[in-house]
Amino acid sequence: MADTKAKPGLLLDIRNLRIEATVYPPGEAPKTITLVHDVSLTLEKGKVLGLIGESGAGKSTIGLSSMGYGRGGVRITGGEVILNGRDILKGGKEGFRKLRGREVCYVAQSAAAAFNPAHRLMDQVVEASLLHGTATRAEAEKRAVALFKKLSLPNPETIGERFPHQVSGGQLQRVMTAMALCSEPDLIVFDEPTTALDVTTQIDVLAAIKDAIRDTHVAALYITHDLAVVAQVSDEIMVLRHGRLVEWGGTRQIIKEPRQEYTNALVSVHEIEHREQQPGTTPMLSVKNVTAAYGGSHVKVLKNVSVDIFPGQTLAVVGESGSGKSTLARAITGLLPPEQGSVVFDGRTLGNKLSDRPKEDLRQLQMIYQMADVAMNPRQTVGTIIGRPLEFYFGMKGRERDKRVAELLDEIEMGKGFVDRYPAELSGGQKQRVCIARSLAAKPKLIICDEVTSALDPLVANGILKLLLNLQQVEKVAYLFITHDLATVKSIADSIAVMYRGEVVRYGSKSKVLTPPFDAYTDLLLSSVPEMEIGWLEKAIAGRRMESAGN
Amino acid sequence: MLDIRRIPIASLIGIVLTTLFVLTAVFAPLIAPHGNAEIIGDVWEPMSANHWLGTDNLGRDLLSRMIYGARITLFIAVLATALSFSLGAILGFSAAVFGGWYDTLLSRLVDLLMSIPTLIMGLVVLSVLPSNLVTLILVMGILDSTRVYRLSRAVAVDINVMDYVEAAKLRGEGSGWIIFREILPNALSPLVSELGLRFIYAVLFLSTLSFLGLGVQPPDADWGGMVKENKDGIVFGIPAALIPAAAIAALAISVNLVADWVLNRTTSLKGGRG
Amino acid sequence: MSSPIVKLVAQRIALGILLLLAVSVLIFAGTQILPGDVAQAILGQSATPESLANLREQLGLNQPAYIRYFHWLGGVLTGDLGTAMSSGQDIATSIRERLWNTLFLAFWAAIVAIPLAITLGLIAVRYRNGWVDKLISGVALASTSFPEFFIGYLLVFYFAVEHQWFPAISTVYEGMSLGERLQAIALPAAALTLVVLAHMMRMTRAAILNVMQSAYVETAELKGLSGFAVIRKHAFPNAIAPIINVVMLNLAYLVVGVVVVEVIFVYPGMGQYLVDHVTKRDVPVVQAVGLIFAAVYITLNIIADIGAIVANPRLRHPK
Repeated sequence: MADTKAKPGLLLDIRNLRIEATVYPPGEAPKTITLVHDVSLTLEKGKVLGLIGESGAGKSTIGLSSMGYGRGGVRITGGEVILNGRDILKGGKEGFRKLRGREVCYVAQSAAAAFNPAHRLMDQVVEASLLHGTATRAEAEKRAVALFKKLSLPNPETIGERFPHQVSGGQLQRVMTAMALCSEPDLIVFDEPTTALDVTTQIDVLAAIKDAIRDTHVAALYITHDLAVVAQVSDEIMVLRHGRLVEWGGTRQIIKEPRQEYTNALVSVHEIEHREQQPGTTPMLSVKNVTAAYGGSHVKVLKNVSVDIFPGQTLAVVGESGSGKSTLARAITGLLPPEQGSVVFDGRTLGNKLSDRPKEDLRQLQMIYQMADVAMNPRQTVGTIIGRPLEFYFGMKGRERDKRVAELLDEIEMGKGFVDRYPAELSGGQKQRVCIARSLAAKPKLIICDEVTSALDPLVANGILKLLLNLQQVEKVAYLFITHDLATVKSIADSIAVMYRGEVVRYGSKSKVLTPPFDAYTDLLLSSVPEMEIGWLEKAIAGRRMESAGN
Repeated sequence: MLDIRRIPIASLIGIVLTTLFVLTAVFAPLIAPHGNAEIIGDVWEPMSANHWLGTDNLGRDLLSRMIYGARITLFIAVLATALSFSLGAILGFSAAVFGGWYDTLLSRLVDLLMSIPTLIMGLVVLSVLPSNLVTLILVMGILDSTRVYRLSRAVAVDINVMDYVEAAKLRGEGSGWIIFREILPNALSPLVSELGLRFIYAVLFLSTLSFLGLGVQPPDADWGGMVKENKDGIVFGIPAALIPAAAIAALAISVNLVADWVLNRTTSLKGGRG
Repeated sequence: MSSPIVKLVAQRIALGILLLLAVSVLIFAGTQILPGDVAQAILGQSATPESLANLREQLGLNQPAYIRYFHWLGGVLTGDLGTAMSSGQDIATSIRERLWNTLFLAFWAAIVAIPLAITLGLIAVRYRNGWVDKLISGVALASTSFPEFFIGYLLVFYFAVEHQWFPAISTVYEGMSLGERLQAIALPAAALTLVVLAHMMRMTRAAILNVMQSAYVETAELKGLSGFAVIRKHAFPNAIAPIINVVMLNLAYLVVGVVVVEVIFVYPGMGQYLVDHVTKRDVPVVQAVGLIFAAVYITLNIIADIGAIVANPRLRHPK
C-alpha cells in the first residue's frame, strides 16, 4: 500500500540489495567484503523463482534476506526488501520476528540437522502456527497431517509422533516442507532442498515439493546449483555469479536460449566429446568374484563382484550411497583385503593386503580422491606433493625432479609458478589438478578416481573431466571412475558397472548398458537423473507410475 | 615473518614475563643479593630498602629465596614436562599409527591411570618413595604423560585417517615417513600449545606437592615450599606466603598467554608459509 | 524407559565396578613399587633389625604381594580398612567423621558453584564477544592459573586477618549448630568454589555455544521465535547432557581441590588426613583414603556418563 509502484499481485520486490560481511583474516585487520552487489528481483504471488549459481554466488544469502536474516555476521547494508507492500528492513527485530514463520518460511538443505533432535516432529511442524496464533493446536495438527498426506509420507497420521532420528533423510526433507507449508505462508525459501539426497530419492521429493507448491499457491524462491533441477520447478530462473546478476528470464528462455555466455556454459556443461572405445581382448585389471566386509562384520559390502578394465580405457562404476562403489576401490588398492575373490593385474594376482604388494604394483595403481583439500598434506608445497612419487618410485633428485614437476604442472594446465604454493592457497579445481599430477607422476597404468568431481562446481568439474580425458589420450592410462552422477558417466565412460547394495546389477560397454531393455534398478536410476528439459519431472513420474501399475 | 607490532599486547606481556622468569632462573646466583640459606636478619621483617621483599620465617632474605626458588621451580617443571611430553607423545603417536593390541593395551592402561586423580595417585606413590628430586620428576612426568598420550593419540588418529596419509600408504611409504613427514608437521600446533599447558600444570602440581610438604625438601625450596614455610605468618597479617604464591600465578598466566598466542599463530597459517 | 538405555546404563555401571577393582589393584601396587624393602624405606637406614622384622610382620611383608592384596581387598569389601601404623587406631572409625566433614564442605561448595557457573556461562553466551564475555574469559584464564593455596590464603588474608569476618582456621566439632558450622566452613567453601568455578563456567559456555551454532537453532529463529524462546525451547533441552557432564567432571575436580583446601584451613577432613599420613608414610591409611577418593571420583564420572546417556533423545527413543 505504502509503495505506489507496487504492482497488484506482486509479493516480493527486492531492489538494489547489497549484502556485506566482515571477515577476520587471522593476523590481519578485519575486512568488509561484499557478498551481494545491487541485485534486484521481483516475485509474483504463487510463482516460483529459481536462484542458480555456483558456490559463492550469494544465492542463499539473497534467499535469506527475504526473511531479514543473515548468517554469521552477514549484514544487509543497502537496498529494499519489499514484501507484501512494505519494506521489511525498516521493521526492526520485532518486525522480522512477526514475518518469519508466518509470511515467509524456510526449507534447509539438511533437514536432518535442521530439526531439533529433542522434540517430536509434530511439535516442530506446528510450532510456528501456534507461535503466530494463526491456528489452534488441533487445526494446525489437522493441517499438518493433510500436508504429510499430500507429500506422500508414509503413515501420515502417526509420523508426527516420531523423533527426527527415527525418520529417513528423504522423508525428513518432506516433513520440513510440510513444516514450511503448515503456517500457510505467502513465500517459502527452498535452500538446496534435494542436494543432499540420493538421485532416486531426489525425484520423489522434488515431485512432492512441486505438487505442494502448485496446490497451495504459495510463492517460492528455489535455490540450487543444479540447473536441471530448477528447470523442473521454476517459472523463472535467475543466474547469479560472485554476488552479481548474470541473467534473469523465463525457464524456457534460460535453458533453451541463454543470452549470456556464462549461462550457456552452465546449460551445456555435460556435453563432452568422447568416442566410446570397444573393450580389447585382454583386460589389464580384473576383479574376480570379490566379496568384502568391514572389520569381520556379517554385512557384506561387496558381494561377488567381477569387473574388467582394459588398457587406456575408462570403466565407470555408478551407484548411490551405500552401493559399495567406494569399497570396491578400497578392495582393489588393497586397503580392504577381500574375504573372497582376487584382483588380477597384468596377468598376475595382486596381494590382498597393501603390505603384501611390491612397490612396483603400488606404482601402477594410483588414486585420486573426492576431497582434494584433505588428500594433500597441508604442510607440503605443491612441488613436494608432486615431486615425492618421482623421488620415491624413480629415485629422481634435484634438477631432474624439478624439471619433471614443471612438465607435470604444464600437463595439468597450471604453470611453474605453483611449485612453491601450499594447498590452502589453491582453488578447489587447482587442488584436484595437483592431485591428478601427483598420480600421473608415478606413470601408472590405472588411476582410480573416487568421486573426483562431486565436490566441485559444475564448470570446474567439467574442466577436470576434460583434462582427464586429454591425459588419457596422451598417457594411455586407464581409469576406474567411481561416481554417483550418471551425467558424468555418459560423458566419459567406455564401459559401465551399475552397483546396488554391494552387487553389480548391470555391466558392459557404455552403449550396451545405456540401451534398453533395462533391469529394474538401472531403469530407476536412469529415469531419476534430472534432464534439462521442461516437463521432464512429470514424464519421469508418469513413466514410473505406469511401470508400477504394469508390475 | 615475525613482526613485533603484530603481536597482541597480552601475548607480548606473556612473552616478556616468561623471558624474565627464565632469565632469573638461569642467572639466579648472579642476581640474588644474598645466599639461598643465608640468615641475614630477624624473622619476617617487613619490606625495606635492604630487603625488598622482607625476610622469611627464619630471617632469610625473601627476594633471594624467590630468585633461587624460580630456579628450582622451573628446573623441576621443565624436566617433568620434557619427560611427560616425550613419553606421552611417542607412545601416543605409535599407538595411533600401529593400532591393534599395542594401542588397546596402552590406551586401557592410560584410562586406568586417569581414573584416579593425579594428585591422589601422586600422594599414594610418594608415601613409599624416597623424597628426592629424581623421584619427584619421575612421578610428575609419568603421571602427567597420560594426558599428553591422550591428546597426541587423538590428534594422530584424526590425521591418520586423512586422505593424504592414505595416499602416502598407498604409495608404499614406510612408517618413518608417515609419522615424521605426514603426521608430525600437522600435529605440531596443537601439541605446542599443549606443551605450554602441561608446563603450567607441572608448575602447579609441583607447588601443590611442596606446599603439602611432599615436594622439594628443605633447606632448598621451590615457590610452593616457600608458601608452606611462611604460611603461619598469614594469621598475624604477614603476607610473606602470598609473594611466592603470586609468583606461581604470574608464571602460569604468562605461559598461558604465550601458549594461546602460539596456538593462534600456528593455526592461522593453515599450512601456509612459515 | 526403554531397554537400550537400561542396557547402556547397566553396562556403564558394570564397567565402573570393573574400573574400581582395577584401581584398587593400581593403588595397592602403587604402594609396592619401591625397589627394595618397604620396611627399610619407612624406618630409614638407622633402623634396628628387630624393628624391621616387626614392621615386616605387621605389614605382612613375608607373604607374596597378591595374597596381601586379596587380604586387603577382602577387608575393604567388608568395611575393615585395617589399622593405622602410626597410631594403631582403626582406620574405618577415624575416617567416618572426617568423610562426613569433607562431604559437607564439598556439598556447600557445589551448591554455590554449580548455579553460579551455569548462570555466568549463560551470560557469557548471551553477550558473547562483548566485554562481559571477555571479562569472564579473562578471569577464568587467570583463576585456572592460580594455585589453590593462593586463592585460599588471599581469602584468609582479607576476610580473616584484615576484617576478621570469618575464622582463618575451620574448626568443627560435634554439637555445633548448622549455622556455626557454615560460618566455620565459609572460607574453605569459598576457596573451593573459586577453584572450580572458572573451569565449570568455561565448559558450560562452550557446551551452550556448541548447541547455539547448530542448524536447528537457526530453524527456530527462522520460525520467528524470540531469542529467549529459542534458548529455552530449542537450545536448552539439547544442552542438558553436556552441562550435566561439565558439572560432574568439575565435581570430580573438586574432590582433588579438597585435599589442598583442607590443609590450608586445617579442616578435619579426608584430605588433611591423607596428607598427614603420606608424610608419616603410613601405608594402610594412604591405601584406604586413596581408594575412597578414587571411588568418589569414578562414581562422579559414571554419573556424568549416565546423565549423557539418559538425556540423549536418540537413545531414549530408539528407531
